[in-house]
Amino acid sequence: MEYFLQQSINGLALGSIYGLVAIGYTMVYGIIGMINFAHGDIFMVGTFIALIAFLILVAIGITAIPLALFLMLLIAMLLTSLYGWAVERIAYRPLRGSFRLAPLISAIGMSIVLQNYVQLAQGARVKTLQPLITGTHTVLDLGNRFVVQVSNIQILIVLTTLALMTGFTWIISSTSLGRDMRACEQDLKMAALLGVDTNRTISLTFLIGAALASVAGMMYLLYYGVIDFHIGFVAGVKAFTAAVLGGIGSLPGAMLGGLLIGLIETYWSAYFSVQYKDVAAFSILIVVLIFMPTGILGRPEVEKV
Amino acid sequence: MSEPLLSIKGVSAFYGSIAALKGIDVEVMPGEIVTIIGANGAGKSTLMMTICGNPQAREGSIVFEGRDITQLPTHEIMRMKIAQSPEGRRIFPRMTVYENLQMGAATAEGGDFRSELARVYSLFPILEKRSSQRGGTLSGGEQQMLAIGRALMSRPRLLLLDEPSLGLAPLIVRQIFSAIRDLNQREKLTIFLVEQNAFHALKLAHRGYVMVNGRIALQGTGRELLERPEVRSAYLEGGR
Repeated sequence: MEYFLQQSINGLALGSIYGLVAIGYTMVYGIIGMINFAHGDIFMVGTFIALIAFLILVAIGITAIPLALFLMLLIAMLLTSLYGWAVERIAYRPLRGSFRLAPLISAIGMSIVLQNYVQLAQGARVKTLQPLITGTHTVLDLGNRFVVQVSNIQILIVLTTLALMTGFTWIISSTSLGRDMRACEQDLKMAALLGVDTNRTISLTFLIGAALASVAGMMYLLYYGVIDFHIGFVAGVKAFTAAVLGGIGSLPGAMLGGLLIGLIETYWSAYFSVQYKDVAAFSILIVVLIFMPTGILGRPEVEKV
Repeated sequence: MSEPLLSIKGVSAFYGSIAALKGIDVEVMPGEIVTIIGANGAGKSTLMMTICGNPQAREGSIVFEGRDITQLPTHEIMRMKIAQSPEGRRIFPRMTVYENLQMGAATAEGGDFRSELARVYSLFPILEKRSSQRGGTLSGGEQQMLAIGRALMSRPRLLLLDEPSLGLAPLIVRQIFSAIRDLNQREKLTIFLVEQNAFHALKLAHRGYVMVNGRIALQGTGRELLERPEVRSAYLEGGR
C-alpha cells in the first residue's frame, strides 16, 4: 500500500511533465490538423535553454535559488516560444494549403534539424545539473520499513502544472484570444471571414505550446538533472501518445492522457520491469484506441450538417 | 448619382487552373439590395468569397468605399465593415450562440457590444432563448438566423448573404426574407444577396444579376428580371 502510494506520487510528477508537452501537440492538431513532430525537440531545446540560463545566472552572481529559478523559467519560456514560433514560420506556414502530408514531412525535418543543431552547438555528451531543490516530506510512516515521501521538486512540478493549466484554461475559455483560437480550431475559413487574423492566431498557438513545453523542459531538468540533445524524441513520442490517449484535439484530454501515461509507466516499472515500461504505455494506447478510437475525451469526427 | 459602395470590375478568379469567374462586372449602390441568381455552379458563391479575398481575384479590381481591396488578405477586408453570412452557414458548432455572436463582434472595435446584441436579439428573438446553447445543436433555421445575426454584430456597411434560404422550411424562409427587408428599409443596410430561390430574391431586390457559367448574362431591376421570359423559363417556372 505504501509502495503503491509512493509510486502514485512519482507517477503524477512525471505525468504532469508529459501533460504539459501533450498540450502543445493537441492544440496544434486542433487548429491546423497536423502533428507537430518537432514539438518534442522544442521541449529538448527548452531544457537546454533552462540549463544555460541557470549557468549564466550563477556566473553573474545570482545564486538565490528562488530568484534564479524564477528568472530561469522566464528566460526559458521566452526563448523557447521564439523557437516554436520560428518553426511554424519557417517550416509550416509556407506549406499551408499544400497536401496534408507536406507539413508532416517538414515537421520531421525540423525535428532532425533541431536535434543536430543542439548536438553541434552543445556537444553530444550528456549535460548534468546538480539538484537545486532538495528536501523531502514524509507523508506516511506506518512504522514498518517503508515510508511514503514526497519531495519538494515533486510538489513544485505538480503545483506549477496546476497553475499553468488553470491559467491556460482561463485563456482558452474566457479571453478573446482563446475565443479566436477556438474559432480557428472549429472553422478556420469562417474565422477569417469574421476578421480574425488566422496566421497570427496560429503563430500564437505555436508560441503558447512551446512556452508550456519549455516549462515542462525546465521541470524535467530539475527533476532528473541529466539532459542530452536526444531526449526530445522519447519525451515527444510519450507526450504525443498522451495526447492521442486523451483524445487528440482535447485540452483536458491531453492533461489526463499525460497523467495516465506517467502513472502507467511508473507502476509498470515498479511492479514489473523498467525495461518494458515503454511497451506498457504504448500497449495501453493500443487497447484504448481499439475500444475508443477517438481517445478518452475526444469527440467523434462527424458533425457538420 | 452617388458613388457605388462596392464596385467589381472585370474580375476573374480561379480554382487551380479552372476559371470560376470570367470577367465579372457588378456594382452595388449604398442602400440597395442587389441579388445574384443563377444555377448551381454558376460561380455565385465564388463571387462572394472573392469579394472577401479567398480566393483572391486574379484579374480585375474590387473597390469598396473608394478603396481597392482586391489584394488585401481576408481579415483586413472584413475589418473594413464587410460581413458575410456564408454558404452553409458555418456556425461554430462547439461554441454557444452567445460566443458565436461575440465572434461576430471581433472586428467591432469600440462598438457597443451590448446594444448590438440587443439589436440582433430583437431581430431574431429565438437567439436570445438559445443564447447558452451550443451552435451545433440549433435547427437549420436557427443556425441561419445566427449566421445573419453574427454577421450583423460587426455593424457592417455591406452585408453579403449567401443562400440564406437553402434547405429551410417555407415559413422560416419568409421570416428570414422579411428580416432582410427590415434591415434594408429601417437601417438602410446595403445587402448583396446570392440566391437560388430566384422568385423571392428578385421580388426583394432593387436590382439583380443573372449569372451563367462564371459570367453575368443579364442584369436589370428585380421587376424587369422577373418578367424576362428567359429568366422565367430557366429559374422561375416549374415548382415555384
